[in-house]
Amino acid sequence: MSGVIVPFVYALRDRGVPVGMQEAINLAEVLRAGVHDSSLEGFYDVAKAVLIHSETHLDDFDQAFLEHFKGIEVEAKKLKSELLDWLADAKERIRELTPEEQALLEQYDLDELKKLFEERMNEQDERHDGGNRWIGTGGASPFGHSGAARPGVRVGGAGGNRSAVQVATERRYRSYRDDMTLDVRQMAVALRKLRALTREGAPDELDLEATIDETAKNAGELEIVIRPPRRPNTRVILLMDVGGSMDPYAHLMSRLFTAASKATHFKELRCLYFHNCVYGKVYEDARFSQPIRVRDLLADCGPHYKLIMVGDALMAPYELLQAGGSIDMSEEDRVEGIVWLMQLEDHFERTVWLNPEPQKYWHGNTIEYIRQVFEMYPLTVEGLGEAVKHLTKGKTARRAG
Amino acid sequence: MIESFKRFRGTETYLTNDALEAAVNCALVLERPLLVKGEPGTGKTLLAEAIAEGLEMPLIRWHVKSTTRAQDGLYVYDTVQRLYDSRFGDGDVDDISRYIKKGPLGQSFAAEKRSVLLIDEIDKADLEFPNDLLHELDRMRFRIDETGEEVVAKDRPVVIITSNNEKELPDAFLRRCVFHFIDFPEPALMKRIVDVHHPEVDAALVEQALGVFYEIRGMRRLRKRPSTSELIDWIAVLRRSGVEDLKLDSQLPFLGALLKKEQDMVALADQLAGGSRWRS
Repeated sequence: MSGVIVPFVYALRDRGVPVGMQEAINLAEVLRAGVHDSSLEGFYDVAKAVLIHSETHLDDFDQAFLEHFKGIEVEAKKLKSELLDWLADAKERIRELTPEEQALLEQYDLDELKKLFEERMNEQDERHDGGNRWIGTGGASPFGHSGAARPGVRVGGAGGNRSAVQVATERRYRSYRDDMTLDVRQMAVALRKLRALTREGAPDELDLEATIDETAKNAGELEIVIRPPRRPNTRVILLMDVGGSMDPYAHLMSRLFTAASKATHFKELRCLYFHNCVYGKVYEDARFSQPIRVRDLLADCGPHYKLIMVGDALMAPYELLQAGGSIDMSEEDRVEGIVWLMQLEDHFERTVWLNPEPQKYWHGNTIEYIRQVFEMYPLTVEGLGEAVKHLTKGKTARRAG
Repeated sequence: MIESFKRFRGTETYLTNDALEAAVNCALVLERPLLVKGEPGTGKTLLAEAIAEGLEMPLIRWHVKSTTRAQDGLYVYDTVQRLYDSRFGDGDVDDISRYIKKGPLGQSFAAEKRSVLLIDEIDKADLEFPNDLLHELDRMRFRIDETGEEVVAKDRPVVIITSNNEKELPDAFLRRCVFHFIDFPEPALMKRIVDVHHPEVDAALVEQALGVFYEIRGMRRLRKRPSTSELIDWIAVLRRSGVEDLKLDSQLPFLGALLKKEQDMVALADQLAGGSRWRS
């Protein structure tokens, strides 16, 4: 494949649409079967169905299509044969390969493709000027980024695989992690691991093993044994810093909130708020109109609750270290902020602090102090996963059903 | 070398457009699931029925609920029945396969003839549900652990999956699907849809009803905008009751067929009382 299709696929990738080898092969197969009726309109419909997987990318598709095919007087038939020629080779091979090798092929071929395409572009420059334009606007075509295509296509794809291919793609993964914030699903998936199940409540589930045992003991008279179903037994307190320096992270926080509140595997989830640092009170709403005294909270919630603090942990040092340092002047308690934090940390068996601030800024400010109190993790895919691992470790294990 | 395949062209009662037909045909050629999204009431579920009818294949439905597990779609091992039979001596208890009940997915794999499998509202289920189905949908085969029997699809069923977007679907799952988003029908297409359902209704009434319908849909304050199915119900009611003339005012007949929420009724009344400003 060269000519038009590959650069179009790359144009989509440049717009952040996740398309790869798999989609290109599918497209080739569909075109071979003639679904597009050899028309550009048909090609548009077919390509959209095969290349796009979410309505959020439809607009990108349309834009890329317009930019790409505007002014092209190419017969769709030609599209078809080009695509087939190009893919014939790759397709032959892909059938007999393991998934890992397919992934390798994917890497390899995409690069080769690109080379092919660039050659084609050069060729074209020499061959004609004006008239039929093969590719968008020449130099400024979306294909112009001759470096690496945008990483991140394989998000959520084959994970946990340790073949050489995966190692090779490792670098892409990391860069993806760094600049991409978590979406709700990724958070929900990470939080799922916080699940612990116990048998509680009304017995309404058949215990097959016990039933067989009892029936046997009962000389074959059927003896049904039922037991309570497994229920989630994790209680979580989500304590979030809002306002002020946290404003830039409001979106991230709301996604975390959505993921946590949608999670069905918590027995209880309490979302509470604080501003800047925890002093005598925390609040049930982000507008700070319903205060709860920290002492009451601790009396209310046993040590088995898992405490997740979320905040940038950035403040003026005196706000953290001086008695009465609260920026809220009505605060009467003459206890340092850091002491409140230590109390929280001390009370709960498992606690963790998630920080949306990039890790490189974690030195030379109040973050350093707070890190001495709480285990701190960055609010990224990786960080959240590690934080959850930390929360489920140790003493909590005995509670798991 | 063009492989021939049976194309989907819509049916007499289900109108399609080129994009939808292309998506269905892509799914047929690639033998991959077709994921259909779109506003509620745009006919996602009906599409599966239309495909089954158009291609003359049996339709197997799987309505997903929040408690549905992927395993339920493959097979269920009815241990209680087996225990019961062992006690009361009905039939051959040693034959485990008698107590294996195939789920919708299992039925469609085991079917003699190629079938259409509808997995309806996949987003209702647990987050991991689509991932649990990946392998089975890819390979179109699974093993029944209790008997060691392998169920392999002779003819890969046409799988239609609908989603109302209540949950994000995992990327790995999306990559394996052909995707189509059903747009809300334009007035012209809507008129054809209405004509299909109510061919005998007076054209003038349909015209008026459509006008009112799109005007109500255009109101921003509505929480739940009426959709195609509601319009069709509404026209059915109008026809039965012999309404001949429609005007968008507070006397609009059978509004309950269009608006399903108390607040929307109030909002509409409010808008209408406020004169025609909002229509501009």
